[in-house]
Amino acid sequence: MADHSLTNHAQTESLALRVQFDTAAQQKDASQLGMWIFLITEIMFFGGMFAAYTVYRNWYPEVFAIASSSLNAVLGAINTGVLLLSSFTMVMAVRAGQLGQQKMIIIFLILTLLFGGVFLGVKAIEWKEKFDEHHIPGQAAFHLEGLKDYDQGHAQLFFSLYFAMTGLHALHMVIGVGIILTLIMQAKKGIYSADYYTPVDVAGLYWHFVDVIWIFLFPLLYLIDRHLGK
Amino acid sequence: MITEAAVEREHYLNASYGLKSWLLTKDHKRIGLLYLATITLFFFIGGAFATLIRVELLTPQGDLVSSQTYNKLFTMHGVAMIFFFLIPSIPAVLGNFFLPIMIGARDLAFPKLNLLSWYLLVIGGAFSLFAMIAGGVDTGWTFYTPYSTSYSNSWVISTALGIFVAGFSSILTGLNFIVTVHRMRAPGMTWFRMPLFVWANYATSLIQVLGTPVLAVTIVLLFVERVFHLGIFDPARGGDPVLFQHLFWFYSHPAVYIMILPSMGVVSEIISTFSRKSVFGYGFVAFSSVAIAVLGFLVWGHHLFVSGQSLYAGMVFSFLSYFVAIPSAIKVFNWTATLYKGSIVFQTPMLYAFGFIGLFTVGGLTGLFLAALGMDIHVTDTYFVIAHFHYIMVGGALMGYLGGMHFWWPKMTGRMYPEGWAKLSALVIFLGFNLTFFPQFILGYLGMPRRYHAYPEEFQVLNVLSTAGASVLAVGYLIPMIYFIWSLRYGKIAPANPWGATGLEWRTSSPPPVHNFEETPIVSHDAYDYSTVMGEEIEVG
Amino acid sequence: MSDHRQEEHHEQHIDTVGTYVGVLVALLFLTGLTTAVAYVDLGAFSTVVALAIAVTKMLLVALFFMHVRHSTRLTKLVVVGGLMWLMILLLLTMTDFVTRGRIGVPGK
Repeated sequence: MADHSLTNHAQTESLALRVQFDTAAQQKDASQLGMWIFLITEIMFFGGMFAAYTVYRNWYPEVFAIASSSLNAVLGAINTGVLLLSSFTMVMAVRAGQLGQQKMIIIFLILTLLFGGVFLGVKAIEWKEKFDEHHIPGQAAFHLEGLKDYDQGHAQLFFSLYFAMTGLHALHMVIGVGIILTLIMQAKKGIYSADYYTPVDVAGLYWHFVDVIWIFLFPLLYLIDRHLGK
Repeated sequence: MITEAAVEREHYLNASYGLKSWLLTKDHKRIGLLYLATITLFFFIGGAFATLIRVELLTPQGDLVSSQTYNKLFTMHGVAMIFFFLIPSIPAVLGNFFLPIMIGARDLAFPKLNLLSWYLLVIGGAFSLFAMIAGGVDTGWTFYTPYSTSYSNSWVISTALGIFVAGFSSILTGLNFIVTVHRMRAPGMTWFRMPLFVWANYATSLIQVLGTPVLAVTIVLLFVERVFHLGIFDPARGGDPVLFQHLFWFYSHPAVYIMILPSMGVVSEIISTFSRKSVFGYGFVAFSSVAIAVLGFLVWGHHLFVSGQSLYAGMVFSFLSYFVAIPSAIKVFNWTATLYKGSIVFQTPMLYAFGFIGLFTVGGLTGLFLAALGMDIHVTDTYFVIAHFHYIMVGGALMGYLGGMHFWWPKMTGRMYPEGWAKLSALVIFLGFNLTFFPQFILGYLGMPRRYHAYPEEFQVLNVLSTAGASVLAVGYLIPMIYFIWSLRYGKIAPANPWGATGLEWRTSSPPPVHNFEETPIVSHDAYDYSTVMGEEIEVG
Repeated sequence: MSDHRQEEHHEQHIDTVGTYVGVLVALLFLTGLTTAVAYVDLGAFSTVVALAIAVTKMLLVALFFMHVRHSTRLTKLVVVGGLMWLMILLLLTMTDFVTRGRIGVPGK
């Protein structure tokens, strides 16, 4: 029978074992479960916007197709690839954690940061284009070519969803970048090892999740009936 | 404050002193008390608005406040009471304090996150409070578009932002509870040995985690529509305001169960303790909590019967709504069956539990009226609805909260409250409550609409009765406030187990030590096995 | 020790670099595929195909990069539960929107 006395735990509290836990395995399980439940809340958070998207695309399919075709699909596809690459480097960082390779953790985290940064940069260029083309909902100058006046409002709905969804996705990316920066600083202090790399692990879950959201946003926003545009 | 008579035993209250030791605490018990202070403040703010509403409704003419001010009063009453009192009430105060102890854990799984949750509630509360002071908000607590996005000139953004931030407090508390229940149970504490209060809080946490994010994103969309003129709900651009209502009620209907489920958990504990019997059909009561949590997500459309929702959807939601009655009725019947042949003791918590069962039953049954599509169209937006949900939220949730506060006060503070005063106030609250809200059922059925500051003269008698009841109710709420504070200094010293109850929280001293138990308990009995407390000194009655 | 606090040490699954590279290649291929297929007229099926590819990609990321295939049953339950709740939100909301006007609103 293990000794449960409190002084014992108080003395041994460390990053790898907080006082409320009995074992490191219990702590790691709790952290992972906590992150998964957080991701469920994120599914529901984006879910509200997916619901709005489903409703309006169902109501205005033609307008959504034309509005979607005004987005740059090639740029979007390349950006999707960049984000998938960042997920790959992230999982490699976690693998380095499993193996206790401190240097490799840092290298792969920096790569992840780099790809994440490229994604956000491309996103910023795309947004800038939208501003230049007056595709900003709520502005008096809003005008989408190839649509009757009557449909301009519906096109604004598309772009409202576009900006809300990609904007909140980008916000999650920025938060992810912040987390990875913190991880890199911690990793440089050498606190991660094969026995304790939970922060890298759960940050990875978050990063992949943000990736999954984009995996859905890309076809739903960029790729609606592209053949009509030809 | 508790040092004089108690032996110099260290517990969570005297382990450290000073403001910093509270504001930076990671102890779930101290965080529970921080929540207690916060929500009590909001309870009295919300109560003040309610008082003004009732005073205005004394006379048929709108003579005390303008209709504009009246709109703000009922909005701010709802915002304060729902988002900053009822939703955090039992989970964040009693759940925070007792959930870890009841499963034999030293703390929640994420103590720092727990502290962050409290700060989020305070920050969110500050935003909303600022809005109230700066000029108020008049959209109704439901923030229906397009009024809230395009027309209202009141402090919508600040209030909504406050609710958004407070929502994350709720989400993180739920997350913390779920992980704690899964990963932190003491040796031998199997799922079916857990007290029903823990089951109820677990089910509540599921709702908080699954529902609140949808409210959060809805508020974000409202925010971007009001500030940046994105047009997700804008009918002028082909958007649909009813979509806002769908998203809003996807959270806000289950939110009713966030308020009532923990109360049901409290009632299960109290009924068992004061009839000294195991809860009848423990497994059914436990699962009925989860069933309510799940079914609660399938019924939100019954708030949209007259909003332009399709008739088909109306029928589907009406049909589904009836299913919530099943697990709710299971609970009521099983509590009643628990009492059968029990050694019933009428201590204060038991009075509140009885009050809960009666009032919740009235609230629940009138809920069935409202879930029926045809009936609802007759009473939509009348005082019938107001009476119904106050029977659930005040008669149900608040009675459970007060019952729980009395039940666990000796454990939290190490002091007994004065029994005579407590029984008196329980009675006053019960009578005052019914006098306030029962006339509103009649008013609503006769057709008095909600949210107006003036009304036809024939409704005055019932409104005067209601206002009189509200005055009685206010006195009933002030009495516990006074004697709880009084008892901190003058109350009798509480023994470890004043009620002869079975939960793990009664096996540790009152108040508990910093890490809850001198040594980790090992559980070998079912919850509510009274053979385990026989022979101990029991001070009941 | 308790069987509850002491979760059994899960067998550490360390996937090979080859596995991850394989998954990445598959993901990039699917990205190209979904882009290309959008330019083909599939009628109503274009949405179905786009979503099918997206779901496949999600499964690849979840099972391999997020290690769901090595996870506890509880984690899998959490994932499936979350997706189920998303479906509740979408389906019951759509119950209203796709039937508007078919039976008519009372009073109209």
